[in-house]
Amino acid sequence: MNIFGKLSLDAIPHDPVALAGVVFMFSAGIAALVALTYFKLWRWLWEEYLTSLDPKKIGIMYIVVAVLMLVRGMADAGMMRLQQAISVGDSFGYLSPEHFQQVFSAHGTIMIFFVAMPILFGLINLIMPLQIGARDVAFPFLNSVSFWLFAAGAGLINLSLVLGEFSTAGWLAYPPLSELQYSPGVGVDYWIWALQISGIGSLLSGVNFITTIFKMRAPGMTLMRMPIFVWTSLSSMVLVVFAFPILTATLSMLALDRTLGMHFFTTDLGGNVMMYVNLIWAWGHPEVYILVLPAFGIFSEIVPVFSQKRLFGYTSMVFATAGITFFSYLVWAHHFFTMGAGAKVNAFFGIMTMVIAIPTGVKIFNWLFTMFRGRIIFSSPMHWFLGFVVSFTIGGMSGVLLSIPGVDFELHNSLFLVAHFHNMIISGVLFGYFAGITYWFPKIFGFKLNENLGVYAFWCWIVGFFVAFMPLYILGMMGATRRLDHYDASMGWQGLFIVAGVGVCIIGLGVLFQVLQMYVSIRDRKKNIAGADPWNARTLEWSVPSPAPMYNFAHIPHVYGRDPLWARKQGIEHHEPPYTDIRMPKNSPLGLLLGLFGFLFGFGIIWHMYWLVPAAALGAIVCIVVRALDEHTEETISAAVVERIERANPSVTV
Amino acid sequence: MNRTETEHVRDTSLLGFWLFIMSDCLLFASLFATYAVLGHSYAGGPSASEIFSLPFVLLETLILLTSTLTCGLAVVALYKRNREQILGWLFVTGALGALFLALELHEFVTLIAEGHGFQASAFLSAFFTLVGTHGLHVSIGLLWMLFMMAQVYRTGLTNVTERHLMCLALFWHFLDIVWIFIFSFVYLLPIIV
Repeated sequence: MNIFGKLSLDAIPHDPVALAGVVFMFSAGIAALVALTYFKLWRWLWEEYLTSLDPKKIGIMYIVVAVLMLVRGMADAGMMRLQQAISVGDSFGYLSPEHFQQVFSAHGTIMIFFVAMPILFGLINLIMPLQIGARDVAFPFLNSVSFWLFAAGAGLINLSLVLGEFSTAGWLAYPPLSELQYSPGVGVDYWIWALQISGIGSLLSGVNFITTIFKMRAPGMTLMRMPIFVWTSLSSMVLVVFAFPILTATLSMLALDRTLGMHFFTTDLGGNVMMYVNLIWAWGHPEVYILVLPAFGIFSEIVPVFSQKRLFGYTSMVFATAGITFFSYLVWAHHFFTMGAGAKVNAFFGIMTMVIAIPTGVKIFNWLFTMFRGRIIFSSPMHWFLGFVVSFTIGGMSGVLLSIPGVDFELHNSLFLVAHFHNMIISGVLFGYFAGITYWFPKIFGFKLNENLGVYAFWCWIVGFFVAFMPLYILGMMGATRRLDHYDASMGWQGLFIVAGVGVCIIGLGVLFQVLQMYVSIRDRKKNIAGADPWNARTLEWSVPSPAPMYNFAHIPHVYGRDPLWARKQGIEHHEPPYTDIRMPKNSPLGLLLGLFGFLFGFGIIWHMYWLVPAAALGAIVCIVVRALDEHTEETISAAVVERIERANPSVTV
Repeated sequence: MNRTETEHVRDTSLLGFWLFIMSDCLLFASLFATYAVLGHSYAGGPSASEIFSLPFVLLETLILLTSTLTCGLAVVALYKRNREQILGWLFVTGALGALFLALELHEFVTLIAEGHGFQASAFLSAFFTLVGTHGLHVSIGLLWMLFMMAQVYRTGLTNVTERHLMCLALFWHFLDIVWIFIFSFVYLLPIIV
């Protein structure tokens, strides 16, 4: 047996566009390594981040990786728009169909799994423990393992640029196209194992965060006193725990088909293709809400703070969140009304889909009523919120249109659908995350982001978004299907495709402003020192110093109502006992090693290097045993150190 | 750590482990659903009632059920804080689990040798995957059990070993329940219907 399995030098891409990508990736990687060595940052990186079990550090790592992946996903989007703008009639554009298919598959996969998910986990790590008055998550080591498994998945998907190819079967890899018969290469295997490994990380995070929210709340922080971001995180994580196992099972079955010649989804020997489509969407629809619920939570934190008024309809917000969590399991078939399940099944799923719009509407009204007669401060997080309300409502309405099975038969798989879900995900999820990052940035780093550049970025994003996606609604109605690499000039679509391409350029300008914002803010950080509570906020994370110390709270707070910090600022509560020793988890490199073994495990299966698979599994087991044998996983931060940190960066005192 | 803090840590671990088991339940639910859909896709090959030997599976079932009883007795010994009894019952549980696994492997090997391997039809793919996933869980449980026996032997009953033993017992009982469903739906139902 060849120890390299299917891997040979032929796996390095020869096509010039792909080769340029490889060269770019390598030079960026080497530049980063050189910079780290030159500035002697390795030790700092290792001790402060790579081996850290502090959820705030892990959160930062999640978001940094996600932002890098966002850049790659946006490059893919730009490539698609350029191809579709020029590949008409006799011109076939600059991408081969094969390459174009890899690009759209990578775009979808990256944006959902390696941008939206990690930003979500990053924000929950950063903020949720602070909001419930906890010093840490329930299982700090598991948290590190989750992150490194995610990083292993991200590593695999980037490796597919350099070695071999990526899947051409779309972001959900429907069989039979994704079966061995039609996709014999390693592309689909890369897709499966990148998702499988990072998916297990997500599942572990789900378990970890639910336990944290149930068991680690500060005294007095009853469930109905929790900030809405905590509620939506809880709901989102409940969905993770209930939905991701379905993804794990489905991906495993596809992998068994491809690797061991089984017949779950093949077209012969009794395999059932629609089984895959049902299973993947039984995970996939909850996934949409996994992403968007925390974004709703972020807006529910931001709107009261920047309206200087308490949240309108807290209880209805909680129930709406719970309702969405429940209903998200009853709508999956609306992704394939055209399957032929019959009128009754389609009617049920159509009605459920319309019903789920109701709790979402409740939330919109709650935010609007929170603003009503408030003292609204038009900061950049508030801009993101207002942009979200307008475009999310439009996207919601196009969604209700699509929920009518008869209409869906007409629009299924068209660009109308593409426009709809980008409408939901860009304005719902991404704007929410941008707002959250801007809002909580000072808590993590101690200084504010530049406001003006943030507002410019917002305007580019919102204008670019409408210019890029409104034409797609029209194109969809004109019959343009998604994933087209070429079309006939007589269709009359080119003008609209060019407009959409211009929209992407405007969004690109927005991204440039965001990069510039980061640069300027870091340069001027001394001028923008935030202090503990820069926004005159209401919840506990703003009561501790900025940046938040590793132990979060020198004294575990006692909570007497909703918006505890607000209450304290009104002089309702006050106490400051002397500082005491705090026990915190020690750093551990084992999470990183487990991620590495996960990566090697996936790599071994993808390239049929079968000796590597058991070796990697054994390595992972050894890591777990070593961790289980370690009896000294905690260290003490002495009261003197706590006092020094607290004096250097004061918390809110009344 | 004082007493309440220890209890808090134990409760937290147990809740986390329950959640993990819930997610594992969903994994099995997906595989059961798949089996329900593909269980009759014989592709011209044999059906379930033609290839399964019920007395053999009953034997497997009884062995696994007995191992659950002995696992429960190990937990009773844990409450009594009797280290020797814990080790003894864990050993019996592990031995029964290994026997179960050996019988399952024997069944698999026989089926494959008779030409009813997992590549033969969608029904057999679903069967091998569902039952094999359970077997994989049992193997992990056995490895864990070995590790825990070494731990109890080495360090005695610390807060950590106690917590881990509770989780292991939960896991083992869970696997037993899953097996009862496999026995009923995969093996028994085709015979009855």
